[in-house]
Amino acid sequence: MRGARPEPVRPATARVTLRAAVQTILHPHTATEDLGPPPPPGPASRRLAGSLQIRHVDAGSCNGCELEITSAFGPVYDAERFGARLVASPRHADALVVTGPVTRNMAGPLAKTYDAMPEPRMVIAVGDCAHDCGVFRGGYGVEGAVVDVVPVDMAVPGCPPHPEAIVRALRGLTGR
Amino acid sequence: MSTVAGAVAQVATAGAQVVAVGIGGPVLVGAMRKVRCRIEGRVGPPIGQPLRDLRKLFAKQRMQPDRSSWVFAAGPVVLVATAVVIAAIAPLATDGPPLGRTTDFFAVVFVLLLGSVFLALAALDTGTPFGGMGSSRAMTIGALAEPALLVALLAMSIPVRTSNLPVLVRSGLDHPQLIASPERILALVSFLVVILAESGRLPVDNPETHLELTMIHEAMVLEYSGPDLALVTLGASMRLTILLGLLVNLLAPWGIADRPGAAAFAVGLAALALKVAVAGIAIATFEVFTAKLRLFRLPELLAGAFVLAVVAAVTALVVR
Amino acid sequence: MSDLSLVITAAAGCVAAAAGGALPARTRVPVAVLLTWVACGAGLVGAVVVLRTGHPLVLSTTRVLPLTGATLVLRPLGAVFVVVTAVVAVAASLSWLGYAGHGLSTRTASATVPIFVTSMLLVPAAGSVATFVWLWELMAIASLVLVLADQRTREQTRSAAQWYAVMTHAGAAAILLALVLVSGHAGGQTFAAIRVHAAHLPGAVRSAAFLLAVVGFGSKAGAVPLHVWLPKAHPEAPGPVSALMSGAMVNLGIYGIVLVGDQLLGGGPAWWWLVVSALGVVSALFGALHAATSTDLKRLLAYSTTDSMGLVLIGVGASGLFASTGHPAVAAIALVSALLLVVNHAAYKGSLFLSAGSVQMATGTRDLDQLGGLMRSMPVTGGVFVIGGLAIAALPPLNGFVGEWLLFQSLLHGLPTSSTAVAIAVPLGVGALALTGGLTAAAFVKAIGVGFLGRPRSPGAAAAREVPHTMQAGAGLLAAACVVLGVVPMVVLPALERAVAQVVADAPARGVTSSVDLRLHGLRGELAPGLLAVGLALSVVVVLGFRRLAERRFYLRLPVRRAEPWGCGRELQTARMQYTATSFAEPLQQVFDDVLRPDRDLTVSHLAESRYYTEKIAVRTSIDDVIERDLYRPAISAVYGWGRWAARLQNGSVHRYLAYGLVALVVILVVIV
Repeated sequence: MRGARPEPVRPATARVTLRAAVQTILHPHTATEDLGPPPPPGPASRRLAGSLQIRHVDAGSCNGCELEITSAFGPVYDAERFGARLVASPRHADALVVTGPVTRNMAGPLAKTYDAMPEPRMVIAVGDCAHDCGVFRGGYGVEGAVVDVVPVDMAVPGCPPHPEAIVRALRGLTGR
Repeated sequence: MSTVAGAVAQVATAGAQVVAVGIGGPVLVGAMRKVRCRIEGRVGPPIGQPLRDLRKLFAKQRMQPDRSSWVFAAGPVVLVATAVVIAAIAPLATDGPPLGRTTDFFAVVFVLLLGSVFLALAALDTGTPFGGMGSSRAMTIGALAEPALLVALLAMSIPVRTSNLPVLVRSGLDHPQLIASPERILALVSFLVVILAESGRLPVDNPETHLELTMIHEAMVLEYSGPDLALVTLGASMRLTILLGLLVNLLAPWGIADRPGAAAFAVGLAALALKVAVAGIAIATFEVFTAKLRLFRLPELLAGAFVLAVVAAVTALVVR
Repeated sequence: MSDLSLVITAAAGCVAAAAGGALPARTRVPVAVLLTWVACGAGLVGAVVVLRTGHPLVLSTTRVLPLTGATLVLRPLGAVFVVVTAVVAVAASLSWLGYAGHGLSTRTASATVPIFVTSMLLVPAAGSVATFVWLWELMAIASLVLVLADQRTREQTRSAAQWYAVMTHAGAAAILLALVLVSGHAGGQTFAAIRVHAAHLPGAVRSAAFLLAVVGFGSKAGAVPLHVWLPKAHPEAPGPVSALMSGAMVNLGIYGIVLVGDQLLGGGPAWWWLVVSALGVVSALFGALHAATSTDLKRLLAYSTTDSMGLVLIGVGASGLFASTGHPAVAAIALVSALLLVVNHAAYKGSLFLSAGSVQMATGTRDLDQLGGLMRSMPVTGGVFVIGGLAIAALPPLNGFVGEWLLFQSLLHGLPTSSTAVAIAVPLGVGALALTGGLTAAAFVKAIGVGFLGRPRSPGAAAAREVPHTMQAGAGLLAAACVVLGVVPMVVLPALERAVAQVVADAPARGVTSSVDLRLHGLRGELAPGLLAVGLALSVVVVLGFRRLAERRFYLRLPVRRAEPWGCGRELQTARMQYTATSFAEPLQQVFDDVLRPDRDLTVSHLAESRYYTEKIAVRTSIDDVIERDLYRPAISAVYGWGRWAARLQNGSVHRYLAYGLVALVVILVVIV
């Protein structure tokens, strides 16, 4: 109707009570999907033995892969239950997850991040851009693919890759 | 012969407590993470995940900043060593631990402070701005938490006329009315706030944060890798376990072994594990519903804990 | 035989001074040092004999001070201070040997240091008012000369010396007044005579004398608000001299308060000791706060001296309070803890100041914001500073921890059950004590971390080299004392108890039993510092072993890699990006903003063309001593104002002066008539 103001949308409020908290612990309703048995373990799984710490570097991506990685660690796909964890410092990390084509400004920092990791270390290139520059190939700000700056051990293709694919790749490393 | 056997038994008891805290610490952290994940609506890592992480870290390379000195390498070692000493002599599973007749509460507080000071020094040795920031914030919070801690200690010591820890714990067993008294309860609430501050839990510090500018404890360990990182993580979880163990034993000492013998000790360990687990889960649940306080709101929180402790001490003095 | 020891001390001191003044440059310092050691050794021997046997050493002669005669009586209490002074002086003069190439090697300085040391050794042995005052003045003047020894022309040094001169003599005037008050009424000027007649003094005179003594001796000890000279004079003095001043001289202020309060006046009402304790609490908090926010290394150490002396005053006050309310056992423990804190303070503050002197010599600066990275280039000095810093932060297994534990136990067990006011005051006092402990820990993490660790923040710090071996040895000697006193405090406790027995009436013979562990007599309190130290050492070994085992078992052992620190991928990382002392202390400064009231000066200069374009912004912040700024400077300007007003009376006109003379004559004539 003309002239009628729309109803303001009231946000849903959750009453935080002790009862609600106790219920949540005793009867957890998780949104997490069951992703089936683990894929065959890779050569690193024996050493990692179910624990993989990951440092993520955005070398120039469009953030599509970041959203998928966030979803992979979110409640639905929950990569943490398989032993993978995101950490803040490359000194704490086993694997470097790189997204996006490597831009000129990020080439140096990416190399420094790789240097800052303790041995034994690996690099996972997530997304088509990280693998071979994807749709940004030949751009004036693009230095190259990740493999042109640091050695890559594993690639997860897709533009962007499905969170399940990311989780499957991580499970192949942790072996769980 | 019996003295040799006695000495061996004492060493075994101390060792058993240390091992229990050493393994129970990471498991406690894992359990707290699990509770948080469940409330968030996801499955989360298994409870034993921190133990897996530690095991993997020992297989990684140690790295040091190129201009650092021996202090950087000594930090994690001293941190864990202080936790080991306290785990050996504190009344956790048994109220008569070996050498424990001289376990003074004051001594426990200062030995743990030794560990924090060394970690803060090691953070400054990295030569990075984050290390300095973490160190500065940690020492500020430590300085502001000490009055609350020592006055709470005073309040708990006055009714029993001593600050000897095993006597404090045993007095709770022998005279339950001491525990139900306002001075003990208020002092323990104050002690709980100090534990949250010292072990870097919400609302003081978020242990899961990735934003360096919000870090306090994490900022000090950004530079560690491999076995050093494993020791630092282990030390932090052991400290949390020890402090919570002392808290629950002062609040609800039932189950602690009060006579020698392996059976009583085993029961004491089980009781400790159960009580610390309950305390940890309660704290984890509280953390989910709390936001981290701004750094300059922390003095207000710690001053509140101090006021509670002073009220407890005054009550203890006036009532005596 | 042992009576000779004090004579040898005095004689060796005089010969050392003569040698220092007369000998040529190459030999004057070593000879003076050697003779000073002889003096210290003799004093040490005499004091140890007194402490062992409990019998005082008495010496009196009329040849030295003809009018009044000089009397030296060394009792156990004084003997403790003589031992402390002797050890600190040995270490400081050892350091002086190495420092001599850099400064403090003129004839004046070489003659004055032995005089300073000898007078400090003999002050606790003084047995009459005249002797005491002469020795006290000698000590003050000698230290004043030494503050000016290096860098006499620097404006800051001269100003510091001025403040020091005025305040120390004002304090000496108060002390003289107090002693004259009691001796005048008593009719004799030896301490023994005064003690005998003390009970007959009227209460007002006793209280006045005590308060004057607290003012005078408190100023020497650095108690707030009379501490203002300390942060000025101690940093400006050369390294060995500041160690002597801070490690030996300030203790004599404490000696004086106990002397007047307990020895001469025989104890007093409770409010005396409440005043002392309150002074102690304020000093401790103020000193710790300023130490935590100071960026000058030696100024930090000077403020923490105020902090330590505040803690000692709390112990002394608590002891007097408990004694006056009839709890001698706890009073004894409190006084033992105060004396132990004095001994500890000498050990760790002496080593800290000697190391700070080494740092200043090696880098050319005392500004913490310019230091850094010294642990690798000066490992011994750095290690000594770490030990001293951990000791002063009261961390086990070092000596500061034992002293603080004893103080805490005495407060815990001695709380009088009578009044609610005390019931509120004591927990607040313990809270204040805890806060000072925390602030001291923060201050020394800053001093060690910013001063020695990380990367050098200036070319001077980058070019530092380790100092001569004698300087390392001097500081190291006192650091070793810190470790020994922390692990086996039993070596000094019996001596301290004997000293306390002299002061506190009806004190139990062994209030703090100690064989392997410390046990309080009649109270429940135990500590085993030796076992704690062994436990910590064992744990370190266990942890290292565990790490090696875990590394080996859980896969291959990779070599340690030294690499550039992680800087978030920054291309350029400089030493300037590190935290400085100012930034380290900033959270504390913000929390205590109302107490510190820092000066903030913001200047914005605009471009000539337009007011909307800023050319330069300059920010200056400084934390001045609030008491100096708000109490002393207004008083000083008021005095100057009066002086200027009075100067108008003398305007140089002969007519006016003649008029003054005429008026005065008329007034006198009127009065006579």
